[in-house]
Amino acid sequence: MSDLVRFEKVTCRYGREPVLVNVDLSLAEGDFVGVVGPSGSGKTTLLRAAAGAVRPIAGRILRDPKAAVGYVPQVETVNWYFPVTVREAVLMSRIDGRVVPWASGQDVRDADEVLDRLGMSDLGSRHIRELSGGQQQRVFIARAMLRRPRLLLMDEPTSGVDVRTRHDVMHLIHELHHEGIAIVLTTHDLNGIAAHLPKLVCLNREVIATGRPQDVITPDVLERTYGAPLEVLQHGGMPVVVERYPEPEEERKVVPLREGHHGHPA
Amino acid sequence: MDTLLEPFGYAFFRNAIAVATLAGALCGLIGVYVVLRGMSYIGHGLSHAIFGGAVASYALGVSFYLGAGMWGLVSAVLILLIARRRSIGADAAIGVITSASFAIGAVIISVIGSFTRNFEAALFGNVLGVGTGDVLVVGAVTLAAGATVFLRYRQLLFTTFDPEVADVSGVSTARMDITLALLLTALITVCMSVLGVTLIAAMLVIPPVIGRLLTDSFHKMLWISVAVGTFCGFVGVYVSYYLNWASGPAVVLTAAVLFVIAYAVSSVRRRSLPEAALDAHVG
Repeated sequence: MSDLVRFEKVTCRYGREPVLVNVDLSLAEGDFVGVVGPSGSGKTTLLRAAAGAVRPIAGRILRDPKAAVGYVPQVETVNWYFPVTVREAVLMSRIDGRVVPWASGQDVRDADEVLDRLGMSDLGSRHIRELSGGQQQRVFIARAMLRRPRLLLMDEPTSGVDVRTRHDVMHLIHELHHEGIAIVLTTHDLNGIAAHLPKLVCLNREVIATGRPQDVITPDVLERTYGAPLEVLQHGGMPVVVERYPEPEEERKVVPLREGHHGHPA
Repeated sequence: MDTLLEPFGYAFFRNAIAVATLAGALCGLIGVYVVLRGMSYIGHGLSHAIFGGAVASYALGVSFYLGAGMWGLVSAVLILLIARRRSIGADAAIGVITSASFAIGAVIISVIGSFTRNFEAALFGNVLGVGTGDVLVVGAVTLAAGATVFLRYRQLLFTTFDPEVADVSGVSTARMDITLALLLTALITVCMSVLGVTLIAAMLVIPPVIGRLLTDSFHKMLWISVAVGTFCGFVGVYVSYYLNWASGPAVVLTAAVLFVIAYAVSSVRRRSLPEAALDAHVG
């Protein structure tokens, strides 16, 4: 399989703060990759760098020039009161080669076809605020699909939605993958999403581990990724991450607060 | 009929109504992008920022349009660049840049000792005092703004709605920001003598807000905003002739009346929406 995007010793930073450090990673045709890591670990930056929106300060990112890339941001990044209909929002990604403001008949037909595939054929004229969270996510996916991408980069596509919607969105993403689109998505959901994907990248500014979920969802890798001990159980051949919170009583016993000490327990 | 057409017999009135109509259309057009970017205060702020440029151009003995225009452009670009940092935001960026710029103007005045430009005219404009040259300048800027929005409609829309994905999709969002800054600066510079700085801020905001109240579609909002701005410019100056009011404030009051009507219409429409649609609106 040929690489669509390849990171070679890539370091990116915002201001003085490095966000990605020395990242080596290949994203190939047919890939279905989940990127996991704590908040601020560089997951979004990794996607944006893969899409070409962030330039590395060291290393290089090689892209297949013939492969279109679709980017699906987190739904909360835009103002959903913005005055556009669903169809207008989807058509935004058709910006090439047309000077006049209005969309061509072919563009509208293509947008309607994508909306139809995503089960939103009757919502084209609706205002975007009138959609549910799952439908808003689909609008972003439809907008990216209109670019006919070979690689789809999705930033937390299931965040902030209920279990049923999460299932629907993941089902849709699996369908797109089966149609030949390489998928890279970020997620905080280790058990519900990450454990079910073919390949994971554990990231905390640098790549901690890459591989199948059963190989990388281990206590050692998770502790290095999240900086906290996590327990992993096996259930039906799948790793299940268990989070245990210390009881307040237990916490007091471990780190007794001294009189006059106002800091957090170390 | 003769009474209705009477004011058009005066050259000063013909110039005034032409320039106010063009300025209204221009503010309505550019104001849509300003309001949707959450930068409604930028008109007010840039007017103050341009004051610094006006004083500097006076001190240096260069053209007001050149000095104020360049100063305003730099201020607008700085605001848009700083506003990209989410930790700061557009409102704070406007506050920092424009007040600093205004302060520079005040310092220059204290050093050179005098500044002869009419402050009242700068604040409230003097639409009845404009000449044919002013009409042509405002017309040229309106034409340029219309052409730019027509030719860059998709890029400006995408950048305004979702700059992050627009950037990834091949739109030069930095270029779009500079384009908008350029249009905004040109607008404020050429409209200062017509509407005045205080009233420009109102005309940049009220027509787009009326458009937003009446539609959920971007291109319809753009048309409504331009139509409202044009209407207010024309009607405001026309009515001011008969009521013997100051023309600039009459333009803004016309817009304010239309805002009240649009607000009432949208409230009635919201009440008549099915409950399910309202729930979705509320979230």
